[in-house]
Parts: sequence; C-alpha cells; structure tokens
Amino acid sequence: MTRTRTLRVDRAACTGQGLCAELLPEMVDLDEWGYPILKGTAIPSHLRAHARRAVAACPVLALHADRGAG
Amino acid sequence: MNAPAEQATWAATETRLLSAWYATGRPADLTDHLRRYGSPPVTAARGNHRSAPLIRALEAAGLTGRGGAGFPTAEKLRAVAAGRGRPVVVVNAMESEPASHKDQFLLAVAPHLVLDGAVLAAGAIGADTVHLCVPRGRSAQYWQLRRAVDERRAACLDEVDLRPHALPHAYVSSESTSLVRWLNGGEARPLSAPPRSHERGVGRRPTLVHNAETLAHLALVARHGPGWFRQAGTPDEPGTTLVTVSGAVASPGVLEVALGTPLATVLDRAGGAVEPLRAVLLGGFAGTWLPAEHLGTPLTRSDLARLGAAPGAGVLVALPRSACGLTETARVLAYLAAHSAGQCGPCRFGLPAVADDFAALAAGQADALLLSRLRRRTGLLPDRGACRHPDGAARLAASALECFADDVEHHLTHGTCAAARRPPRLSVPAATPPETWR
Repeated sequence: MTRTRTLRVDRAACTGQGLCAELLPEMVDLDEWGYPILKGTAIPSHLRAHARRAVAACPVLALHADRGAG
Repeated sequence: MNAPAEQATWAATETRLLSAWYATGRPADLTDHLRRYGSPPVTAARGNHRSAPLIRALEAAGLTGRGGAGFPTAEKLRAVAAGRGRPVVVVNAMESEPASHKDQFLLAVAPHLVLDGAVLAAGAIGADTVHLCVPRGRSAQYWQLRRAVDERRAACLDEVDLRPHALPHAYVSSESTSLVRWLNGGEARPLSAPPRSHERGVGRRPTLVHNAETLAHLALVARHGPGWFRQAGTPDEPGTTLVTVSGAVASPGVLEVALGTPLATVLDRAGGAVEPLRAVLLGGFAGTWLPAEHLGTPLTRSDLARLGAAPGAGVLVALPRSACGLTETARVLAYLAAHSAGQCGPCRFGLPAVADDFAALAAGQADALLLSRLRRRTGLLPDRGACRHPDGAARLAASALECFADDVEHHLTHGTCAAARRPPRLSVPAATPPETWR
C-alpha cells in the first residue's frame, strides 16, 4: 500500500490567509496578494507532519493532503 | 452568413455536419433530418457498459472533443459508463467564447444532428436524461431548441428525456463544472475538482458533458462508421471540424474544414484576407496570437502545439497589419478579467492586474517596471485556479508579448502607436461582469 500524499489547494475556497506558507514554507510560497504558490505537490516523508499541521491550520479548509500521487 | 451556393463546390468529404445546409440553404426540421439520415441507430449503439459498439466505433474513428480540450470521446464515454449509478448526459452548447459561433450555427441549421448524438451517447452509456444547456442571452436559440425537442417528442423518437435549459451567460459558465453546478441548483461558476463530473456530477450521478459539435460528429460516426470518418483529416487527427473565421477576411462566418487544412486555406475559404495580415488569433479569447508567417501550418493539435498554440474551439481571427495587436489584446484581457467567476486568487487579483498593466502598455503609459511585472504576474496565473480561465488569459497575454514584440518595444519607448488610435478590429463584448450566476 502506497503512503504517498499530494498537496492540493482548493483554489475556490482559498482566501489567501497564508498560514500554509508559514507552516510549510518548504512547499508553499505566497504571491503578492497572499495566495499560495506550490513549489511541488508530492509531500516528501520528512515533511509529512508539517504538511498535516498546515492542512489542519487552514481556517477555510482549503489545503488538502490527498492520498496517492496526484 | 454562409452562402450555400458558392460553398457547395468543396470536396464532399469535407462537409459533413453542414452538408444538409449547403445542399438546401435552410435549417433542417425533423422531417428533413429523418429523410436525409433516418432515425438514430440507438439499438445498434447500445451494449453493456464498456463494450458498447458505438464506443468501439468512436475509438476506431479517433473522434476527439471539439469544445477545446480535444479529449478522446470514446475514453470519456467509457469513464462515465464505468461510474456508479445511472449516468446523465449534458450537452454543452453554451459557446461563451465571443469569437466562436460554430455551436450556435450548428444548432440553428442541424439541431437534430446534435440531439441524435446526445441520444446515441445516452444509449451507449445507459443514461436516461439529456440536459441541453444554452445561454440565457440567446433566447431565440433556446426556443428553437425547444421546438426541435417537441418535434422529437411528438414523433416518439427517443427513449431518453431531453431537457433544454437556459443558463446565465458568462465566459466561464461554459466550463463543464459550471454546467453541473447549475444543474444541481447552484451557480453557473466553475468548481474545483474533485469530485470529477464523470464520477459524480448532476444529481451525484456519473455525468458525460460533451460539446454540441462533438455529439453531431458522434451521430455521424454511429451511422457511417469509423472508416468513413477517417476519410477526412489526418491519420492522427481524423475528421472535420467547424471553425469560426472573423476579422480581416472577405466573408467571415462558420466553416467546416478537414483537420490538417493549412490555416491560410481556411482563411481563403472565408473569402481570403482583405488586407495584409499581421497575425491570427487562434483558439479564441483564451487562445494564442500566431504571427502571419506561420499561416502555412496545418490545423491540427500537434502541428499547432509546436508553435505553442491550439485549435481551441476552432476560432481564427485575422488581424491586419494596420491594427495594434497590443490594444486588441488589452481589450480582450479586460473582458476576460471582468468575466472571471472571481472565486480564486489569480482571477480576483492577478488577472485584473495583468489586464490593467496591458491596458497601460497599449496606451503607451508604461512605467519602467511594467514589462517585468507583467511577465511575472502572467507567469503566476496558470494552474492556480479552480478552472482554466486564468491559464487561458495568461496564454493570450504571453503570446501577445511575443507576437507583437516590436510593438511592445515601440510602446515602451515612444508611447502608443498610430494604429492604437484607429477603431478596434476585434469584436469584444463589454468588459462588465455578468449580472447573475443563477
């Protein structure tokens, strides 16, 4: 069974709060209006816990760590 | 729009969807349609799930979607048929692309070919309902479609339920997820995937969304088979396609051409250029500017992909040398910015910013940092929205900077050009947001 996780932003739900970039700067940048720019989508195993925290912290539930390799 | 007499001389293999129109010069009602084609071969198309004969025929024919994405039709049908629950068919005749008229034209002259296709597709995947989506702004088209559906009901032709709908008219309301969302009682604005419509769409059922033209081709493949379909086009991209030609040509309008026809020949069939051309806008407002020296390129996805372009919804707009490509692009970008659903960051902020900078560039009011800012912001639009709207706008903006690079230089150093002060050439609707999404 694969344990790969893929980072995904629900773009319509996202309001640009920017917590994801604070909690997961290795994978998320922000544009000049505060909306996320993903540097990659496959979550490396050493960042899995950070990714989980970022997903949980998003106030509008727009950040997801999907099962599988996108 | 299209004079039947002069166009009837084209090779018969290249006119299919429009052949009845070219032969008679009037829209085909159900009697005309049945006389020419007979009733749709629904029973022959039916089969169990993935093995329906029609799906196999479509695969052999190599038919791809004519709405812009170019996805293989057989694969789409298979995916929906494999879903859980009874599938639904949605006919996308929204044609929100302002430079495209092909679906409106097809529905006006051969509505029953489109409806046949929808009914046949429904039969092949086991759907019992077909939703027909047209924009609310085109009420004549809606009522004509209702008449066509009533004709079929009176003749007890179909076993599936055909339901016409008039949806809000906005650029992004023709996205397949917008249709599904509206049919489910929501707003005609795109949704983020997942779930994908083919898995869970209208009424949470597997949903097949097809462009009107694609279904008309499907109806002919069901009758004449894949071998016939492949007589036109190229081996890799078989068949014909409808195109809308406008701009600096003698007779703008909707044409049917074989895939692989050189762009210059397509323009010739629209009466040819009326003045020397600078470029062609290919695909639509979310398309690509192609410099005139590439007009020898065949109209296929693969040939155009090499130039960073795509056939899109079959739009060609001929831009003469006397026009300012930057000004035209600025007007289109303003429209695209106004017509976004305003749901995602890139469309709420990035796209309007790009449109404003482009307007400043076109007006010769660029500051020193404009070009680098414009390139950076354009680069950040793709792949960051719920739908492909920002991607399309970025494609247009980037291709304009490349195609009209000399003008960019001129506008930056000497201010706006003389051409920018002439009346605009592209027909662009007002850049005002849609009144309603529901």
